[in-house]
Order: sequence, then C-alpha cells, then structure tokens
Amino acid sequence: MKADGIRVENVSKRFGEGSAAIWALKDANLRVAPGEVVGLIGPSGSGKSTLLKCLGAVMDPTAGRMFLHEELIYEGGWKMGDLRALRRDKIGFIFQSPYLIPFLNATDNVALIPMLTGVRNAEARHRARELLEALDVHHRATAMPAQLSGGEQQRVAIARSLINRPPVILADEPTAPLDSERALAVIRILNTMAQRFDTAVIVVTHDEKIIPTFRRLYHIRDGVTHEEAGEGRSPGG
Amino acid sequence: MISLAGRDILHSWGKFVFTGFGLGLLIGVTLTMAGLYRGMVDDGMALLDNSGADLWVVQRDTLGPYAEPSGLPGDLWRDIRSVPGVAEAANVTYLTMQVGQGERDIRAMVAGVTAGDPGIPGWPPRLVAGRQITRGHYEAVADMSTGFALGDTLRIRRNHYTVVGLTRRMVSSNGDPMVFIPLRDAQEAQFLKDNDAILMQRRRAEADPSLNRPGIPGLLEAVLGTQTNNENVNAVLVRVHPGFAIQDVAENIRRWQRLTVYDRAQMESILIGKLIATAAKQIGMFLVILAFVSAAIVAFIIYTLTMDKIREIAVLKLLGARNRAIAAMILQQSLLLGLLGFVVGKIAATFAAPFFPRFILLIPADSLRGLLAVGVICALASLVAIRIALKVDPAEAIG
Ligand SMILES: Nc1ncnc2c1ncn2[C@@H]1O[C@H](COP(=O)(O)OP(=O)(O)OP(=O)(O)O)[C@@H](O)[C@H]1O
Ligand SMILES: [Mg+2]
Repeated sequence: MKADGIRVENVSKRFGEGSAAIWALKDANLRVAPGEVVGLIGPSGSGKSTLLKCLGAVMDPTAGRMFLHEELIYEGGWKMGDLRALRRDKIGFIFQSPYLIPFLNATDNVALIPMLTGVRNAEARHRARELLEALDVHHRATAMPAQLSGGEQQRVAIARSLINRPPVILADEPTAPLDSERALAVIRILNTMAQRFDTAVIVVTHDEKIIPTFRRLYHIRDGVTHEEAGEGRSPGG
Repeated sequence: MISLAGRDILHSWGKFVFTGFGLGLLIGVTLTMAGLYRGMVDDGMALLDNSGADLWVVQRDTLGPYAEPSGLPGDLWRDIRSVPGVAEAANVTYLTMQVGQGERDIRAMVAGVTAGDPGIPGWPPRLVAGRQITRGHYEAVADMSTGFALGDTLRIRRNHYTVVGLTRRMVSSNGDPMVFIPLRDAQEAQFLKDNDAILMQRRRAEADPSLNRPGIPGLLEAVLGTQTNNENVNAVLVRVHPGFAIQDVAENIRRWQRLTVYDRAQMESILIGKLIATAAKQIGMFLVILAFVSAAIVAFIIYTLTMDKIREIAVLKLLGARNRAIAAMILQQSLLLGLLGFVVGKIAATFAAPFFPRFILLIPADSLRGLLAVGVICALASLVAIRIALKVDPAEAIG
C-alpha cells in the first residue's frame, strides 16, 4: 500500500466550554495519497474549514492524530516548534478568493515566500516563472493582480501554493468565484500538478459542477466524516 | 529579499505622497520653529559682536543695557578710560521705539553713539552702503531690514534724520532692526520732555519755596537747568588693550567705580538665559506639541495602511512569512513616510525662511536632530500597527 500524503485519525475539535461547547469535528478520519486529489463536501457549518485549519496548523485539534507524509505532526500537541516553517515547507494553501498581494505582480506573488525566507530573488523568480508557465499564465507574469481575470488570479494562487513543492495542498472552495468551465480547468490543473509533483490535495467544495470529477470524496456532516468510494467516477480532467 | 514596504508604497503612492506632504509641512513648521530659536540666539550674538565691546559697564545691580534699564552719568566714560588696560570707552544709549517715515512707522532699536571716529565701540562696524555718521546731529545709519534707503528722512520723536548709511544684520535681541543716531540726539529722544511738561515742571519748581528763594539769587535758574538737560547714558562700552586680561580690567572698574561690569560670556548668558528664555520655552512647548501631532498623524496613517492589508497579512502568516518580515514592512513604511515628510519639510522650511519677519537660522545640526527625531517618532508610531499585524490570526485567511 502506498504511503499516505495526509492522514487524519479521529480528530475532534471543540469550541467553547461546558453547555456552550460545540463539537465542530467529531472523530474525523481522512486519508489522501500522494498525487491524489480528494474532495471534501458538506453543508455549511459542517466542519470543513475547521478540518483544513487543523491540518493547516493554524488551529489546535482537541483530540486525535494527524500525519503529513507519514510524519506524525499532531498528537496531544504539535510535534514541531515552528508551525510557520511547517506550513511554509510542507503545505500549500489555496483559498476561495485568490488573496494575491495587490502590490506585487504575478511573478513576485508566486515567488514571495521563498524571497522572504532567504532564497535569492532571481532563483525564486525563476522557479515562479516555471510554475506560471506550467499553469499557462506566463504571458501575464508581470501583470498586477488587479489586471488579471478571476481564473488567471486563481491560477497564480495555485502557482504560489506550489512554489515550495509541498507534499500537501489544502484548497478551500478554490472554484467558488469561477464559472463552470474555469472551475473544471482549475480542478484539471490541480490533478495535473498533484501527479507531477506527487502532492496530496484536499479540495473543500460546495460546487456541484466539480463534484463528479473527484475519484474519491469525503462527506462531512456535523463534524463526522464519511468516505464515498468512486462509483464510476471519472478522473478529473 | 524583497522590500514589501517599497512595493506597497510604489503601488499606492498617491495616498503615501499626500500624507507625506501633509507631514512634511508639519515638519517644516517644526524646523522653522527651531530655526526661530537659533535666529534669536544669533540675533543676540550679532548684537554683542557688532557692539565691538569687550566689557559692558552698566548701572549697579542691573542687567543692562539690553535686558533691563540702566542709567549712568554721561561723563563717567572719562573715569573708566583712565582705568589701566582700557583702550577705549564709549557712551551708548539703546532704546526700542517706533521710528516713522511718512505715514508708516516701524519698530526699531535706536542706538545713540558718541561723536568721533568710526570704529569705536557702539558704532556699526560695517556698512553695506553710504557712509558713517559724520555730523553731530540729525544723521542716521539704518539697518536694511527697516526698509529705509539712503537719503530717506526718518522721524524719531520730534526730530527728523537723514539716512546716510545702511547696515546688514544689525538687530536687537528681539530681532528689531537697529538705527544709529548721534548720542546727543538719542539722549534727547530718550529723555526729552515736551514743552508743556517743561512748563509744568518749571511752575512746580517756582512754586516750591525751598527752591525759589529770593534771598539766594540764581538758585532757581540753576535748579531749572539741571531739570531740562539730561546727560545720562545706558552703558559704557569698553574695549580692552590686547596686553591686558579682560577679567582684571573688569574687576578694577567694579572695585573703583562701584559699577556692574559684564564681559562677553556674562552678556551672552543674560541674553540667552534671561532675555529670550521665555520665548525659548514657548518654542520648546510648540516643538513638543508638533512632535505629538506628527506622531499621531504617522500612527494614524500607518494604522489605516495596515488595516487595509490585514487580509494579506493573515495570508502571509498562513503561508509562513515570519513576523519579522511583516513588522519590517510596517516599520519601513513608517520610516519612509517620515523620510519623505522630512525632505518635504526641509525644503519647505528653507524656502519659507526668508519670508518670516524674524531671522530664521536653519543649522545642519538641527536638521540632523530633526531627522533623528522623525525616525524615532515614526518607529514609535508604527508600533501600534505592528502589534495589530502580529496579532492577526493566520486562520482568518481560511473561510
Ligand atoms: N472560532 C470558532 N468559535 C466557535 N465556533 C466556531 C468557530 N469556528 C467555527 N465554529 C463553528 O464550528 C462549526 C463548523 O464551522 P466551519 O467553519 O468548519 O464550517 P464549514 O463547513 O467550513 O462551513 P462553510 O461551508 O459555511 O464554510 C460551525 O458550527 C461553526 O459555527
Ligand atoms: Mg468554510
């Protein structure tokens, strides 16, 4: 059996104390293999974002274990001191809005984090341009975010999530603002990139149009996860 | 590394430049205020320099002649000149008053200088036009800042004077331009009574039985004579022979003439420590207020610039940017804003200085201090925004 890119074991998350307590996650379980893109769907308030925040090391689970690339990262506490370095080196993030830095052009948005953490500017920009080319937005490499279309912005954001070649990408409703054609294109790109870089990808979505593209899908309801096997699902793209 | 602060500024330069200009005008005012104080000190120094004196002899226990009224008999200078070591001793009067020309009048310090050769203490050391006073009456040398020209007629009390020479930067410690006239005229201007007052005084003397004694002929005339003429001066300026120690000469005059004598250093401390002390405190208060206002403006604008970016900051933290990088961005923005403000302020102050009625002396050391103060103020002002940015929860970036 292939090693897991992401493994979530019985993760729970409680907000508040006593009678006011809300269990946003109840023994959630989830596994994603390297190179695989997995969907995570559920109604509003079901705990999707909470799960991504826990996996993204910006929120502490109340209980459970989490592994990235077979490395235990959480069990009763974080296993590393520098969570920022963990996020930077191991996890790529894609959001509902691209959240590009408005005062940097496309290339620098992609190259920003390496540039801020000691990689030479030229080297970081070179890597960024390669990714923009792979995502087919290299012709807009020097454009500012405000000059890019929604789809172009989202592709730049995907390039940014890939810049440090993370083993894991967490995407929170990445296709929400896009029309179905562009939404499907984004999923196609994620599949291609996942395979090319052996990345485990979780895509949280509400988007009916893209749900059929996932080979594997997790449903989450009231903090409880259910896996849905790919009954004749077509691979994305 | 990449300068986030610089990129942000280039991107939203309109807001930045606008604020920078506003801040710059404030800094310009601050530099001008500091220049005003320097100008006041310099005016005082110019006054002392131009008097050409080593020692100022004044009425006992007064801070004369610039800071307090002082009166000395007009013939005392002869005694002082005979003190060993005294090269020159000259009477002088100073009176700040209105000097008229036609319809307008200006405030000036009128100095009465003894007749004699140019170069004796009290005389204007240099002229930029015309000549020195040569006649004993009704000639004047005026500073250019009075606006008078050669040949103009000016009015001091009831007498008219012709401007024969012009000086530059001859001012009182209040910054009023100086007008030099012959000593006798100046004494008259200072002590002259009008005709009615003379008549009244004469009548009072005549009615006083102790003065009007028919048995002693000539007494009343003698008394009336002393009442109308006035030989007083405000100070005697002394220049000491090069071979003598100034302190020794001063001590001699003090001991033998029972007068108060100030040397240059004491005169400086009177001018700076007493005469302009209140003004200096006033300016100091304004500088403090301006510093607070500048800090508030910088803090406010950096705060708004940061709040506009709060989402981006959350994203940066989520993606793994260090706190240091985020704090540096805000701090650099604040410092660059301060730098822009300083440059604008410095230019504004330099161009505005000549238009102020008082002398504004902008010295590089003050500019440097100003720049440092701006740096410190901007760094402190950015702390609020930095605190907020560092508290932003990276989880906010996720839905
Ligand atoms: N910081 C918090 N404090 C208290 N309760 C919270 C907090 N964050 C989330 N919750 C609660 O946890 C539950 C799950 O929230 P979560 O944001 O994970 O939902 P979601 O599945 O992402 O919903 P949506 O599709 O609307 O984004 C909700 O009931 C929510 O109100
Ligand atoms: Mg959500």
